[in-house]
Formats: sequence, structure tokens, C-alpha cells
Amino acid sequence: MNSNFKIFLKGIIDVSPLMIPVVPFGLIFGILAIDIGFSPLATMGMSLIIFGGASQIVLLQLFSGGASSLVIISSVGAVNSRHLLYGAVVSEHVSDLKLIWKIIISYFLIDQAFARSNEYFKKNNDKNKYFHLIGGGVTCWIIWQTTTFLGIILGSAIPEKLGLSFAVPLTFLALIVNDFRKIINVIVIIISGLISTLGYNYIPYKAYVIVAALGGLLTAIILTKMITKHE
Amino acid sequence: MSDWALIAYCGLITFLTRFSMIAILKKEMFNNEIREVLSYVPSAIFPAIIFPAIFLDINGSIHLEDNPKILAAIIAMGVGIFSRNILATIFSGLASYWFLIFVV
Repeated sequence: MNSNFKIFLKGIIDVSPLMIPVVPFGLIFGILAIDIGFSPLATMGMSLIIFGGASQIVLLQLFSGGASSLVIISSVGAVNSRHLLYGAVVSEHVSDLKLIWKIIISYFLIDQAFARSNEYFKKNNDKNKYFHLIGGGVTCWIIWQTTTFLGIILGSAIPEKLGLSFAVPLTFLALIVNDFRKIINVIVIIISGLISTLGYNYIPYKAYVIVAALGGLLTAIILTKMITKHE
Repeated sequence: MSDWALIAYCGLITFLTRFSMIAILKKEMFNNEIREVLSYVPSAIFPAIIFPAIFLDINGSIHLEDNPKILAAIIAMGVGIFSRNILATIFSGLASYWFLIFVV
């Protein structure tokens, strides 16, 4: 059996290539949060307490649009529903651990660490293999906090004319770019995009993110049902 | 609600979505159908952030003519589909956006 530290290191090495895009993402988050009017302390607090890029950007986007707290919190919940899947997949590998380890692992269960550690878990059966996920999670945590901090400092130095806020939709576009190869995903993307854009002014309480997501998921359910029937 | 309370609640809900399945799951609760539907979550939710940020102006009206973000996003999408590279997608989009607003 490998030592805890060795597995932890392996987690760091495996997750590293996925950390490159986290750097601009963290910078942009820090810059935008200050631009919207959050204090440097609250901006750091978001990265420390929430520790989720998509959640934090949705929070900023809806907050600056004047959405109510309830809508912001439920939209953040909707964005995070993908983590239910990660938790479900990881749970079978960590079911014997103490509660405190499950809490620590949950805090570090982010997209990139999940992706890499899930591959590792499938190939290894050591009892301490969960250190792999903690290694990946800690790596991302350090980069996320550092780049948020740099974004806060840089924020005032970057001219608004550059339109850096455009990097936000580009970052999310980059996250789903592989989905453009699958027809059901393309339809779901278009439906959700249309509902949010056309409904932006008409869906009350700025709930357009949730309404569009539910519309997209409903489309996905109907389409997968139709396709399985045909097979 | 104060900013800090909002941040705390958003943190709590983010943590709970990560923790709940690890804490309570019995494996058989997730059949393939639920798994498949959850796999569409990114495609269902991220466009709700992408599209309004591209097609709407500051006032929330639809802005189709003379909007450099549309062309820049299409270029980024093309680069992304072709390269499957997250960084290339983001930077090709930003570069074409800057080219369109500063040079053209």
C-alpha cells in the first residue's frame, strides 16, 4: 500500500493540467466582485466559504442584476446540482470513512478533482486512496484563493474598456464545449439559452436561470425517453 | 439579507449538494436514468449564463445588430469544438472580441 503522502502527491500531479484555466477564472472572479461593489474581505470570503467557481459567478451575476436573496441561493443550488452526481459516484469509495473525513472530502469535491480522482479510484483499491482527492482539492483551493486575491488587487488597474466581463460567458462556454458534439445536448443548450434570453425581462424575480435550467432538463428527459423508445 | 449572510447561505447550499450524497447515499438510489438526466445538468444550466451575457445589453434588451460578442462567441465555440481545449476557447473568444472592438 502506498503512503498517504504519496497518494496525496499523485493527486496534485494528476489535477495540475486542469488547473491552468482556473487561473484566469479566479482572476476574473476577483476583478468582477470588486467591480460590482463587494468589499475585498467579502470577495475573499466567497472564495473561502463557497469555494466553487460557477456558484460564485452566478452569485455575482444575479446580485448585480438585483435578484432577491432567495432567488440567488436557489440558483446557486441549481448550478450545484451536478455535485449530487459527483457525490453519488464518490460515495461508494468513501463509505467506510469517519464523518469528519466525509466533510473534508465534500468541501474539496470540485469538478476538476472529481474528474481526476474518479479515474484513480476506479484503478486503485487502497484504503487510503481518498488522499488522492484531497491532494487535487487542496491544489485547486490554493490556486483559487491566490488568483481571487490577485484579482482583487489587479481589479482597479484593469480598464473597464477591455470588457473582461465577457470572459465569464466564454469560461462557461469552454466548460460545455464537448457537449456540442451530441445532438441532445445541443438541443438542450439552445432551449435553455432561448428561455433565459427571451425570459430575462419577463420571468419574475430574476428566476431565469432556474426556469431555463428546468426547461433544459425537461427537454433532456423527453428526448432521452423518445430515443430509448425507438431503440 | 446582509452580504455575509448571503455568502454563508450560498456556501452552505454548495457544501450540502457535495456532502448529501456522500453522507446518505445507498448505491441503489441512483439508477442509470437519474444518472443520465444529471449528466445533462451542465448543458441545461450554463447556457442560462452564457446566452444573456452575449445577446443582452446592459439594459437587458436584446442586442443583435453590431454586437461583437456574438461573432467572438461563435469563433470561440468553433475553436473549442475543434481543439477541445478550455484555454484556447476562452482566449480565442477574448482575442477576437478585442480585435473586433479595437481594430475593426
